Amino acid sequence: MSMSKVKRVSGEATSEEEVVTSEEMHPGDAVQASALKFEHVFCSYGKTLVVRDVHLEISRNQITALIGPSGCGKSTLLRSINRMNDLVPSFRMEGSIYFDGENISARGADVIDIRRRIGMVFQKPNPFPKSIFENVAFGPRLLGQTAGLGDLVEESLHRAALWEEVKDKLGEPGLSLSGGQQQRLCIARAIAVRPEVILMDEPCSALDPRSTLQIEELMRVLAKDYTIVIVTHNMQQAARASDQTIFMTMGDDRAGYVVEYAATSKMFMMPEHQLTADYVSGRFG
Amino acid sequence: MKNALFSLLAFAAILISMVTLAGLLVDLVGRGGSSLDSQFLTSSPSRIPAKAGILPALIGTLWVTILVALITFPIGIGAAIYLEEYAGRGRFARLLKINISNLAGVPSIVYGIFGLAIFVRGFDLGRTVFAASLTLSLLILPVVIISSAEALKAVPPSQREAAYALGATRWQVILRALLPAAAPGILTGIVLAVGRAVGETAPLILIGAVTFVTFVPTNPFEDKYTVLPIQIFNWANRPQEAFLEISAAAILVLIALMVLLNGAAIYLRARLSRGLQW
Repeated sequence: MSMSKVKRVSGEATSEEEVVTSEEMHPGDAVQASALKFEHVFCSYGKTLVVRDVHLEISRNQITALIGPSGCGKSTLLRSINRMNDLVPSFRMEGSIYFDGENISARGADVIDIRRRIGMVFQKPNPFPKSIFENVAFGPRLLGQTAGLGDLVEESLHRAALWEEVKDKLGEPGLSLSGGQQQRLCIARAIAVRPEVILMDEPCSALDPRSTLQIEELMRVLAKDYTIVIVTHNMQQAARASDQTIFMTMGDDRAGYVVEYAATSKMFMMPEHQLTADYVSGRFG
Repeated sequence: MKNALFSLLAFAAILISMVTLAGLLVDLVGRGGSSLDSQFLTSSPSRIPAKAGILPALIGTLWVTILVALITFPIGIGAAIYLEEYAGRGRFARLLKINISNLAGVPSIVYGIFGLAIFVRGFDLGRTVFAASLTLSLLILPVVIISSAEALKAVPPSQREAAYALGATRWQVILRALLPAAAPGILTGIVLAVGRAVGETAPLILIGAVTFVTFVPTNPFEDKYTVLPIQIFNWANRPQEAFLEISAAAILVLIALMVLLNGAAIYLRARLSRGLQW
């Protein structure tokens, strides 16, 4: 079963590509400038401003890394994309975030639908205390899907490069897997909802180097079909695994802002700003 | 030196409680063990101790156990969900929690008076198993609510986030992520609380459990019923040695029932929390 043949529940945005895009075509074949666009984004918790005036356009089917010192608002910015910050009562955001031209930060936006189209993988692997199968089937079951779950679970596990390791023990608890396997299970769980974007919030910070490498290789494969935004405080990871890099730091008032945004190779070889140069060469942060 | 002293003191503490309990059990078995036979379990109370049995009381207790569990399960979990998920962290929520905690400390006899006024008289349920079950449910509800709320609170925030990030609605997060993860704690709390209700005597005396019932109750709305603690209370009050013996036997049955319930709680906990370490 090919993923692109299955009709998306949420309905893809209509654009000029739709005319030429056949159902066989991968989303990756469509060239579209940006998937996500930030305009004048300010984030604050209570009276504390944590992100200041962000303007960004994040490219489709690319891996975009968000780097910067701890506390500079990378995770906050990432979590405002899929509205996870809505769960924090004191959180306020100003400005707009657009996804395929739709303002997803608007008050009346369908938050549930946004989260289905924009999946998320967290810092610490957080599988449910259910079987491997039920972990992956969780998202589709939320939509009431009961038919074809077996195929969908298998395909999602394949895509997360976990199938070979778990195909004989789908009924075992997800929590019985190793840390790296659990994180790939969480990726499979996110994929099973058929998102267009996958947000990753320091997905390897709790993993050993070998599992980290596996996840990075996996990201590379996934970027063919998905737009990936990853927060990392590991500069080598950003350099190795991303196409674009956004460097954030915080000002004197401790509010984070974007210093530089460029292709990863350029960012690490010849950064434009002194702050970026200092950070990527390990002089601070 | 200090270390040795501490461990000795701690050991003495556990010894005191274990020896007392063991002594009590040995004493009970010595007194009542000989009366405990199938005739005792299958007969009704009688004026003649040798012919007396506990069948009506045993069945009454089983009725109460089942009904109390059925009543407290949905109400207790519902209230806990409200407290943890919907009430928020404001002054009203804190007030609610403090009040529920206080209710857990109200003497059981007070619930008996309340049950008499509201269920037996107010709703005119009379001296029925149903009225008794409602009263005992009220008695243990605070404990059920508090333990269920604690179990819900103990679910790591990462579980909630995982469900929300997959596009779950608030209700789906509660039903499919939080409740399954909290189920072992919730069920254990409920079973232990029901165990407490089964052993209660004082409120039932007030709301009219009778001490001499010679028929087996067939439905919870039947007039007149009795339960094990009441039966024990009654026999233990008699002057004749023979009645003391059968009251000891009845106590053994009640203890067995409690051990069974607590065992079920431990089993449920172990079984449901397999692979549930975070």
